[in-house]
Parts: sequence; C-alpha cells; structure tokens
Amino acid sequence: MKRLVSWAVLVAGMGYFILPLVGLTEFSLSMRRGEYSFDAYAAVLADPTFRQTFSYSVIMALLTIAFGVLLVVPTAYWVRLKLPRLRPYVEFVTLLPLVIPAIVIVFGYIRMFNTSSWLPLTGSTTGTNLLLMFGYATLSLPYMYRAVDTGLRTIDVATLTEAAQILGAGWVTILARLILPNVLVAVLSGAFVTFAIVIGEFTLAALLNRPAFGPYLQLMGANRAYEPMALAVIAFAITWACMGLIQLVTRFSKHTKAAR
Amino acid sequence: MAFLDIEHLEKSYGTTKVVKDFNLGVEKGEFVSFLGPSGCGKTTTLRMVAGFETPSQGSIRIDGRDMARLRPNQRNIGMVFQSYALFPNLTVAQNVAFGLKVAGKKRELIEERVAEMLDTIGLSDLGARYPFQLSGGQQQRVALARALAVRPQVLLLDEPLSALDAKIRVSLRGEIRAIQKKLGITTIYVTHDQEEALSMSDRIVVMHQGIADQVGTPFEIYNRPTTRFVANFVGTLTLLEAEVLDPALGKVRIGDTEAVLGRALPAGKVTLAVRPEMISLGSAPGRETEVTGRIVDVDFLGSVIRLRAKIGDAVVAFDTFNSSHSVPPKVGASVTLSLAASDLLLIGE
Repeated sequence: MKRLVSWAVLVAGMGYFILPLVGLTEFSLSMRRGEYSFDAYAAVLADPTFRQTFSYSVIMALLTIAFGVLLVVPTAYWVRLKLPRLRPYVEFVTLLPLVIPAIVIVFGYIRMFNTSSWLPLTGSTTGTNLLLMFGYATLSLPYMYRAVDTGLRTIDVATLTEAAQILGAGWVTILARLILPNVLVAVLSGAFVTFAIVIGEFTLAALLNRPAFGPYLQLMGANRAYEPMALAVIAFAITWACMGLIQLVTRFSKHTKAAR
Repeated sequence: MAFLDIEHLEKSYGTTKVVKDFNLGVEKGEFVSFLGPSGCGKTTTLRMVAGFETPSQGSIRIDGRDMARLRPNQRNIGMVFQSYALFPNLTVAQNVAFGLKVAGKKRELIEERVAEMLDTIGLSDLGARYPFQLSGGQQQRVALARALAVRPQVLLLDEPLSALDAKIRVSLRGEIRAIQKKLGITTIYVTHDQEEALSMSDRIVVMHQGIADQVGTPFEIYNRPTTRFVANFVGTLTLLEAEVLDPALGKVRIGDTEAVLGRALPAGKVTLAVRPEMISLGSAPGRETEVTGRIVDVDFLGSVIRLRAKIGDAVVAFDTFNSSHSVPPKVGASVTLSLAASDLLLIGE
C-alpha cells in the first residue's frame, strides 16, 4: 500500500512538471498546420533581434559571473577566516535579494544613479550596462554566496591559508592558486545558476531599457503564437544544459574524485 | 645569544594568560621539543614563532633579527601541521614546489630541489599523485618535504604524528630525526607524547599552564624532574611523602620504613619519587632498602608487566620483564620489593 502511494505521488509529481512541458513543446512544433515542424524555431533563430538580445544577455551573464566571483569568493573566504562571528549577518544580507523584489532594486538604482544624481550612471549606455550588471549580481548573490560558502566548508580554510603563508604566499596568491581552485566546482555551480537567472531576467533589463533576452521573450509572447513557445523551450534547454554542466564539472574535477 | 632567542614571551586572550614569561634559547641545528598536556600553551608559543599569533609581550629573534614586525610569509620558517595541510588541488610535486614558485625561483632549480626533497622522503615515484591518493604517513612526509624545500632557517612541527597510527608514528619519528640531523636544521617540535619527545629531542621544554616548568635533555627531564608536574607527566612515577630525620645524611622515614639517600635534604617533610624500573621484585644486588607489600594490580604490557603494590598507605608501581618461564605475582599476593635509596628523587613544587 505504502509503495503504491509512493508511486502515485511520483506519477502525479512528474505529471505536474512534465505535462506542461510536453504541451509547450508540442505546441511549439505545431506552426505548420496538420504536421509537426521546427518552423517556429527556424523563425526565432532567423530573427536578428533574437541573436542580438541573446548575445547581449550572454555577455552580461559572463560579466556578472566574473564580477560575482570577484566579489563573493574573497568575501566568503575572509568571513570564514577572520570574521566567523559576522557570518549570520553576512548570510542575512546575501539573502535579502530573495525578499526584495527586483522592481524595488531597479527603482532604487534609477533614483540613486539618474542623470541628475552625483553618479549619473543611467546617462550613458556603458553606465546603464554597468548598473544592470550590478543588479544581476545582486539578484544572483544568494545563490552564488551559498554555493561558494558551501565549497569553502569542505576545505580547512584556516590551515591551508597558514600553510601557504608560511611558504611565503601573499593573499592574492592564496586566493588565486589555492582557495579558488579548491572551490571551483562550487563557484561554477553558482556561475551556472547566475547564467540561468540573467538569461531569463525581465524586470531590471526592461526598466533600464536594455536590449536583453528577457524583454525580447516578453515582447514575442505578447505578439506571436508559436515563436514564444519555441523560445521558452530554448530557455529551458539552456537552463538544463547549465545544470548538466554543473554535474559534468563535478564529475571531472580531478582532485575531488575521492573524499578528502 | 642563541640562534632562536625567545625572551619574556607572553600571550593573553582577554584576561586569560595562556603563555607566561616564556624564555628559551635554541642553538643552530638543535632539536627542541615542547612537551605538555592540551591547553598548556605549547602550540600558542609555536604559532607566535611562526607569526600566526601576535605576542602580548616579549620578543622572538632568529639569528639576531627581531621577528615582531615580520608577517608569517616573511620569516623564512618551515612548518608542518597536524592535519598535513597539503593543497588538495596540487600534486605531490606541485605541493613541494609551491614555496619555491612563490619565491620566484628558476624552473631548473625548482625541479632539482623537488626531486631532491622527494628522494629525501623516499617518495620519488609519487610526484604525480594527488594528496588524496596517499596514506596519512605519506602525506605527512610530503608536508615535511614541502616545508624543507624552501630551506627555512627554522622548522616548526605541530604534533605532526598525532593523526597517524602507532607503528607509522614510531618509524616516521625516526625518519624526521634523521632528516633533521642530515640537514642540520634548527627545529621546534610540539607534542603531548612523552615517548616522542624523549626519543627525538636534544632538549625538551616541559610546559604546564603556560609556563616552561623545566628545560633539559631527555635524560635530565626523565631522571631529574624538578617539579611535581614534570615528575607526574613524564614517565610513571610514584610520589612518596617522607619525613627527613637527618638532613645532612639524607635519612628519611617513609611510612614505617627508614632509608638513607646519602645526600643532603631540606629539614621537615619532603616529597620523594620513584620510577617503576628503580624497584625490583625480591632482593637485588645494590638495592639495599627492602619493603613488603601486597599486589593490588597487574597490567600486562607485552615485554614488561607493570605491577602495583600497596605499601603502608602508598601504592607503588614497578615493572618486571615478561618471561614465558616465570609467572608474575597475582593480585593479593604478598611481595618483597627492593630499591636503592639513593635512586629516590626529591621533588619540588
């Protein structure tokens, strides 16, 4: 009986998650009447706006990841090494983007950095792009920080730091050659989550008026029937590819093959 | 002035003083052990020498140079940690080469030195392995090679063998001592294992509650402990309360037995001590003082059997060699024990 209930729950769960995806995919393939085709996908891929917005979001995602790593790895390392009593407070701060909506963040940015402010970032394209990247980094902070902090938990940060220091290493060498390589899997998992967030993000990009993939998805959804479904399937594929890459990186990381 | 000179070193955490007025001079090439129980301040002292802790007071000089303003990466000190602390993302050879690379040495020199160090520790063929692919003993040897590769002026070892099993510990301590002698490197070794300290060291510093209780050669520490703590901590010792009857002759009364130590003693009551190997079961030549007692405990330790006998109010421990031809006395048996009164140690507070 217990086994039957377990199977029923599993089937119901799978149905809940998979059926909409099946429906979505089926509809995205139904552009041509009476037969399945990839016409919707071909139309999307042929659209120069798709290529432009997708490239823009990919570049922004990579910049956000680089900025996030530079911000989070040293911070999490320093908190773990020198300020362990501050950890709960730092964790609380990193979790704030989960409870503060993106629209609040972006209006805050616009108010703080508009053209009549002391730092008019919204007055130029580069400035607005920079602001958008900071916004993306803020949105992905809970995931990136948690991932890196969990990675740091698996190594003896204090002793490894001391061992490197006594061998003559300075802070930059310690971070770049010891800490970062040892939490690389964690950093990459945080990076892939960040990538997935940035690719689909709408609010920040739309309100800062940047040509990102999220607003393009919304625009297509409002005006077309089949193409938005094809785009949604593509977005899902990207997210799953990211998750698959996390698994691959974990599996092929040489020095973590055995438990330390 | 000694090569490594520690003067009036103190360390406090809040109101708690963990190291108190610590003074020590270590000569070049000397092997000195800090021996003591957990929390006695031995690791804190070592970490102050390494630069990981800042002294509250006092000075540390190496080869006449004050270390106070130098960070750990500027002191040219090698250190081996209890948990090995090998870098998991680097191979054995890369671990050994790390300090040399950081120092910006030439590639040829690094390769030569790594090969030399791996040869010294007997792991020449394991250079390409990662730390997780090595046993605990091998990892600790790599840690030693890594510390020595940079040719440090002082080598610090913080309980390097305590995570290993007993057999490897014994063989590795011999190897460490042999390498230290071969390279002639000034070494400080922290341990709570008295056997390790006694077998490896030129001198031992016995530490207790942040104080260096006694500094001496292993022979002095074992045979002439100057404080009650050292007497109790190093080896097995039975303490006996005695009344001095004749201070000039060293005549004392211990329970019902009188004995002459043959050396001057302070008048009044004193604490004497006797080691298990100083007592013989039955009569023995040269051991003129005889007492009778009753066996209360028998411990079979392999090559020796440790017995405890109640004599008056005191329980005295003594050893006999194990032999398949003789059966040790059983608990409750009445025995005669003999010792040379001159072997009795006078213990201060």
